[in-house]
Parts: sequence; structure tokens; C-alpha cells
Amino acid sequence: MSQQTNYSYRPWLDGDAEPFIKIRNVTKKFGEFTAVDNIDLDIYKGELFSLLGGSGCGKTTLLRMLAGFEPPSSGTIYIDGVDMTDVPPYARPINMMFQSYALFPHMTVEQNVAYGLKRDKIPKDEITRRVDEILSMVELSDFIKRKPHQLSGGQRQRVALARALVKRPKVLLLDEPLGALDKRLREQTQFELINIQDQLGVTFVVVTHDQEEAMTLSTRMAMMDAGKFQQIGTPTEVYEYPESRLVANFIGSANMFEGRVSQSGPDHVVVTSKELGVEFNTEHTNSIIEGTKVWIAVRPEKITLSKTPLDVTTNQLKGVVVDIGYHGKTSTYRIRISNDQIIEVSVPSQKRPKGDRQSIDWDEEIYMNWDQSNAVVLMK
Amino acid sequence: MKQRRSTFVLSMLCFGLAFLYIPMILLIIYSFNYSKLVPVWGGFSTRWYTVLFESEEMWAALGLSLRIALVNATFAMILGTLAGIALVRFGRFRGRTLFTGLITAPLVMPEVITGLSLLLLFIALSHAFGWPQRGFTTITIAHITFSMAYVAVIIQSRLSGMGTDLEDAAQDLGARPLRVMFDITLPLLAPGMVAGWLLAFTLSIDDLIIASFVSGPGSNTLPMLIYSRVKVGLRPDINALATIMIVMVSIGVLLACWLMIRQKHLLESDANTK
Amino acid sequence: MSAANNANHAVGQLVSRLLLRLVDLLQSHWKVIVVGIPFFWLLLFFLAPFIIVIKISLAESLIASPPYSPLYERAEDGVLSIRVIFENYSYLWEDDLYLNSYINSVKIASVSTVFCLLIGYPMAYGIARSNPTTKNILLMLVILPFWTSFLLRVYAWMGLLADQGTINSLLIWLGVIDEPIRMLYSELAVYIGIVYSYLPFMILPLYANMEKLDVTLDEVAADLGAKPTIAFLTVTLPLTLPGIIAGSLLVFIPATGEFVIPDLLGGGNVLMIGRILSDEFNANSDWPLASAVAIVLLIVLVLPMVLYQRIQARERGNL
Repeated sequence: MSQQTNYSYRPWLDGDAEPFIKIRNVTKKFGEFTAVDNIDLDIYKGELFSLLGGSGCGKTTLLRMLAGFEPPSSGTIYIDGVDMTDVPPYARPINMMFQSYALFPHMTVEQNVAYGLKRDKIPKDEITRRVDEILSMVELSDFIKRKPHQLSGGQRQRVALARALVKRPKVLLLDEPLGALDKRLREQTQFELINIQDQLGVTFVVVTHDQEEAMTLSTRMAMMDAGKFQQIGTPTEVYEYPESRLVANFIGSANMFEGRVSQSGPDHVVVTSKELGVEFNTEHTNSIIEGTKVWIAVRPEKITLSKTPLDVTTNQLKGVVVDIGYHGKTSTYRIRISNDQIIEVSVPSQKRPKGDRQSIDWDEEIYMNWDQSNAVVLMK
Repeated sequence: MKQRRSTFVLSMLCFGLAFLYIPMILLIIYSFNYSKLVPVWGGFSTRWYTVLFESEEMWAALGLSLRIALVNATFAMILGTLAGIALVRFGRFRGRTLFTGLITAPLVMPEVITGLSLLLLFIALSHAFGWPQRGFTTITIAHITFSMAYVAVIIQSRLSGMGTDLEDAAQDLGARPLRVMFDITLPLLAPGMVAGWLLAFTLSIDDLIIASFVSGPGSNTLPMLIYSRVKVGLRPDINALATIMIVMVSIGVLLACWLMIRQKHLLESDANTK
Repeated sequence: MSAANNANHAVGQLVSRLLLRLVDLLQSHWKVIVVGIPFFWLLLFFLAPFIIVIKISLAESLIASPPYSPLYERAEDGVLSIRVIFENYSYLWEDDLYLNSYINSVKIASVSTVFCLLIGYPMAYGIARSNPTTKNILLMLVILPFWTSFLLRVYAWMGLLADQGTINSLLIWLGVIDEPIRMLYSELAVYIGIVYSYLPFMILPLYANMEKLDVTLDEVAADLGAKPTIAFLTVTLPLTLPGIIAGSLLVFIPATGEFVIPDLLGGGNVLMIGRILSDEFNANSDWPLASAVAIVLLIVLVLPMVLYQRIQARERGNL
């Protein structure tokens, strides 16, 4: 957790910092199909960087190019200042943890973990020392003589992790590391991963389709779609300041309102929705030409519900509650507004309701509003 | 509805299996028949086994066939494995279409064509270089040529079932491609290679036509011997030989199946628990 | 250190350096070696022989050693002349014996294939749909004859079909017939022999294909209102088509050139091209003619062979 809470660690904002991994104009084509489309990326030393996106977006292809399994169709990849575009995987200072773990079934845990060290021609007693060291770090010292088929899923994952880390690579690539684990194990492993990364100071690049996972783990994340980056930023930036509807919808959920700019000031923008007959006043730093079609995105947890209308002229909607989902910690209200659009509002259960009944009921007429700083204007 | 279909399928299965086994069972029964005439049961006797074991010709032929089969199986396994790995893991390479054609053709090629063509080759080579002499060498070379095609099929099947993850992981950890082949690919292919070896061995022991074409004077393989004897009629000592072979093959097949089931369990628990 | 030791040391160094270079060469060109070794073997011992067969089929039969005319000759003045003879091929076309043999071989092979399919398909289906333990046992039972000597299994049928053989003896003993029925040395015997010997070759590819099929498809078809026969014809059958084709080709192609079965079970009565080829070569010592027979047989079979390869490649691509 320390990387994330250590707000002073932001090398990407430092103009002098040299990125550890530099990807320049990299494209990968498979026949007619373009998997990765002319992308640029900088990843800095010590980051835990996530590549996020749905299946087919190109994130795994990019990871494999970093590992050296796929040569880019064009472009260059620099690692620690060295051009490694054409360097084969066995010669890169990078190790990978595979989604399937890829443990060698005919070798013991010890032999699996020692394999990479043996390839580096490291003396035997040094190998034994480092293997023991890493296995105690992942708490698998007792399983040293077991074979993979004798281990549970979580144990195998730790062997895969140990095997990749024991060589002290400069970069560790992780392909959907938590995908195969159940929820409880996943949460636990998330924190373990962060701790290990802290301890060893290795740069992590993680590929995942799970946006919650990406947000928990990362220092920064990149959202990919159709081979291109949609947005790169810290979890907070990507969540609270998405730059497109695509990103806003992929990370968490968002309520979208379409409208046209009717007024543009130095620190805010007023957008009118003819369809709904309302105005949205949103904080925004750039000026936008009046008449431009834009979208206003508001996250469900940012909307306040009230039974009576507030005395405001903007950012307020009236609707009818059509569905309530109770999740214990929160409740999700689905509310239909005048144009039949359903708005999602997430309300924390701050007050214990009397008996079984919530304070707001089905089919109730309700008012929704939000502060102008809690919404985002999206141009695309 | 399902019942009706099942009865048809079930009865065909029974008929089919009976069709396959009754001739062999009869072979075995009659090997113990005292009488030389097939249908006449002259009482239980093992005299034909004695006749068989006393035949010097038979032992010589068996010896030759075994030697050929052993050498053939080993080389066919190696060559077939290399071919299989190349076809599954190497993607496109120059001459791939020709190579695929050459490695698949022996599977379906009629043996008379293979036999004739190889004999003509050996004669041409013999004229030009004085080698090879027809006999053990030529039969073995011929057998290796078609056995490796069968091994390649087995290897290709196994290898394509094994994803590239393990080999990628080994490369990622610093192993160069040749080392990956020896450390990872071959050990995991081992059961397939053993199956290939056994198949090549069996094909070689059993081959009649090709051996007939390419053998030389004085080199009689076991099938050639059997053929020359049965051409003239039924012979109970051949029944005895058949019985022995059936029993040995049965033991071999049982063993192989047991081993394969065990190996499958090992790999399955690998892939499943995550 | 003595001079001898120094020399040894130097040689040792040289050798180890050469070995390291060799290993390095192997490492960087390992792919070439992996493909190269089997490729080279097949080019020399599979492709080259065919070229030789073609060459000899274009020669004239001579009383000589080897018994055929050479392809090219150098005359006294050094001029190279190439002599190509097509008589062998025209002879095949003109003489009824050969034409009939080819047609008969294809006919027998085709009919046998159909019977193999009729018997083998339900068997493969039954095995594929049984529970795992039964499946393994049944597979073993099917594989076992496959591994037993081909020759001996054909011999087994000699014992069954002979005039004094098991079937005739049984029928006479039962009183069904008085005289033994002529079964051995007939076309019927050849059909039985081929179906018997090649049945496992039909079952195994069919099984391999059926095993991969989703069993729930039948249930889906039934759920959508299809009667079992219709479901079979519209769902199962089309999906097993690759298996059917593979199995059929695996039987048809080698069966066309069969030698042992028509020889042992058909006697002299059944004309099949495999025997003709062998006779021309061994009995008549007419190598060019035998070669021509082989080439024509190959031409007859080339389309099925290519089809088989295509299917195998596609199946493997689908894995």
C-alpha cells in the first residue's frame, strides 16, 4: 500500500525522470487483424502498472511483446535504456507469471523455482539459498518437494510467483494473476502482491480485465480498447476524471446525459438537455464551443436522493423508483426519468432502517441531485 | 426413444466385437488340437507348440524380425518425434507443404508401391555405391521410413494438445530453444514417444509386403516365413505361433492402457485444480 | 611441463573450442536440424524412390542386369540421347487384364469401405457414448486386433472359410447343408478379409472425431422438437463427417493396393492390382511394366490421398 499512499512518488509528473520501459510506435498485426495499433507508453521504475481492458483489446499481446514472445510488427521497446525489441525472451531481464501458472508438471516445487537460476549458471549453494529465501517469502517452505499436481490453486500461484521473482528481474509481468482465485483468496493475494512488490522494489506490469483489481493494485493504469490506449492515469484520475464514455463505463458504472453546451465559463460549463428539459452545471477547466454535443457523466455514489425537490436550477432530476437492490453495505436504486432512461444511484447504509423497510420505497417519486464538482463533461 | 437407438448400437457393438474376436479365438483353440485337420478335434495337445519351438527356421526368422523391429522402433521414434515437433511448433517454413505431404503419405500408401519403389532405389544405390546390401539394412531402412509417419501422427496429436505455455515459461526463465526441447518438450512427450516406439515395433514385426520386396537371399523375416508356409494350406504350428503372438500383444496392450490411464490422471489433476 | 604435455594441452584446447563452436552452431540453427533430419530421410528414402519408379516406367524391359533400358546414353561422339518409352503405359491401357484389375480393385475397396463404415460407425458411436470405464475397456478391445499380426488374422479366416474349415464343418454338422459351400478362394472371401482387417482403421478415426462432439447437442435437438432419427441425420451425422471421410480413406486407399488378402483368400480368382504388380515384378521380371502399374495406381489414388491430407491438416488446425 505504501506506493499508493506515498503521494510524493509520482515519477510520471517529473519531467527529468527517465522511464524504465519505453514503448514507442509499437504495432502488432496478425495477418489483416491489428491487435496493437501504434501505441506509446512510459512505465517508470517501481510502478505497479495495470493494462486494463476487455477481451480482444490487445493487452495480452502487448504483454507478450514486452516478454519477447511476439516480435512487434513495427516500433521499438526499450527496457532500462536498452533497445530490446528483437531480443528473445531468454535474454531479457524480464520474467512473467502466466495466467495458467505454467508450472512444469514433471518437476518439484524446488526444481521449478530453481530452473531459472540454473540457466544463469549460478553456483549450487547460492541457488539453494535463494530458492529457500523466496519460498519462505511466499510461505511455501514446507512444500518444497511436492509436485504441482499435489498443490492447491493458491499454492500453485505462489510457486509461479516465486519462480518468476527468484531471478530478481527488473520487470515482472503478470497475466491475469488473480483470475482463477475465489473472491476471498483474491483479496488476500492482492495485498500480498503489493507487499512483495514493495519489499523487492520490482516494477510490475499487470494485465487484467477486472477493473476493481486494477484500481486496488496499481500506481497507474492504462485502459485499452481495440489496440489503442483510451486513457492512462492513476486509479483516481481514471475513475474520477474519465476522458471518454468508454472509460467511464468500463471502470465502474456511470450515468450518462447527452446535451449541448449552452454556456462555457472559465471554470464551469452549462449543458442543456432538450429531451429532459434540464440544465447541467459542471466544473470544467477548458472552454468548449457553444452548441457542441457533449455528455455529462455522474457516478452512482455521487448522486443524492431526496423526497422533496431542492431549491436549485441545475443538476436536478425527477424520477420514479423502479428497482431497489440491497447489498448490505450499500443499496442501489434504479430510477426512471422522463425520457425512460434508468438512473443508477448508490446509497450507503449509513442509518439502520426501522425494521425491514427502507426509507425510500418502490414506485416512489424521488428527486436526484449532485454537486457541480461531482460530474464530468465528456467530449467523446 | 433413446432406448431404441441404444439397442441398435449395442447389438452392433456386440456383433462387431464378436466378428473381430471369434476368428482369433478359434485360432487359439485349434492350436491345441491334436489333429492336423482343422475341424476334427483330436483332443487337447501341445504338440504343435513343440513343432514350432523345434523349428530352426522359425527362430532365425524371429531373431531377424526382432532385431529389425528394435532398430526400426528406436530410429522411427526419434525421426517421427523430430518431424512432429517441427510440424506443430515451427509454424511456416520453407518446404513445409512438401514435408507435410511426405510425412503423411506413408500412412495411406499401398505397401506394394512403397516396397517396389524402395527396392528399385536400393538396387540403384547398390549399383552406384555398392551399398546397401539387401537384407537387414534395407528392410530396416524401409521400415523406418513408414514407421516414422505413424510416430509423427502420435506426436503431433499429443503436442497440439499441450499448449505452448510451458515452453514459453522455460524460455522466459532463460532457457534457449534447444534446451527447452530437452528440458520440457521431450519429457512431456515421453508417453507419446513410448507409444510411438511400441507402434513402430509392432508395425515392423508385422510387415510382410515391404520386407518381401526389399529383402535379400537368406533373410527371411517372421511374416515372410509364415506367409510361405500358409500359402500351401492350413498349418497348426502357425496356429501355435498365432496364439503366442496374440497373448503377448494382449499383455502389451493391457500394460500400455494401464500406463496411459495413470499418466492421464497425473496430467488431469494438474490442469483442473486452479 | 614437458613438450608432450604442452602439445596435448593445445590439442585439447582446440578440440574443446571446436566442440563449443559446434554446439553453438547447433543452438542457432537447431530448427533447421530438427526439420532437416527427417526431411532429408524422407527425401532420400521416400521421394527419390518414386522418381526412380517413374524413370523405370519409361524404360524398356531388357534381359540384363538391371533388367531395363537406361534413360540416357552417351553415344561414341559424346552426344547424350534420352530414351523415353511410353509403351508400358499404352500396354496397360490396351490390355483388358490391367484395366479390369484397376476397376476391380477400386470396386472391391469401395464396397469393403462401405461395409466397414456400416459396421464401424455404430461401434464407434457406442464406444464414444459409453461411460469412461466401459469406454477404456471397449477401446482396448478394438485396439487389440489392430496390434495383432495382420497376416495371422487373415490366416484365421482361411481356417474359417476353407472347404474343410470351421464354418462348413459347423453347417454340415448341424445338417444345414450336405456339401461344403465354396467360400475360400472367392471374391466373397476377399471382401470378408478386407472388412475384417481394416475395421479398426475405420473405427479409430471415427471414434476420435465422435469423442470431441458435445453430447448435449442431442439433448438440444430433442428439446427443439427433433425426433431421434432426424436429430441424428441433421446434427450428429454432419458433425461426424470428417471422421467418416478420414476413416473411409484410411480403408479405401491401402485396400485398393492390397496384396495379401486377395492372394491368401482370393486364390488366383480375384483380380486385384496389388497382385498384378507383384506378378509382373517377381514372376515376369518386367520391371518397367510393374513400375508403370505402380504409377497408374498412384495416379488413381492421388486424389483420395490429397483429400486425406487436407482433412488431417484441418482437423489438427481445429485442435
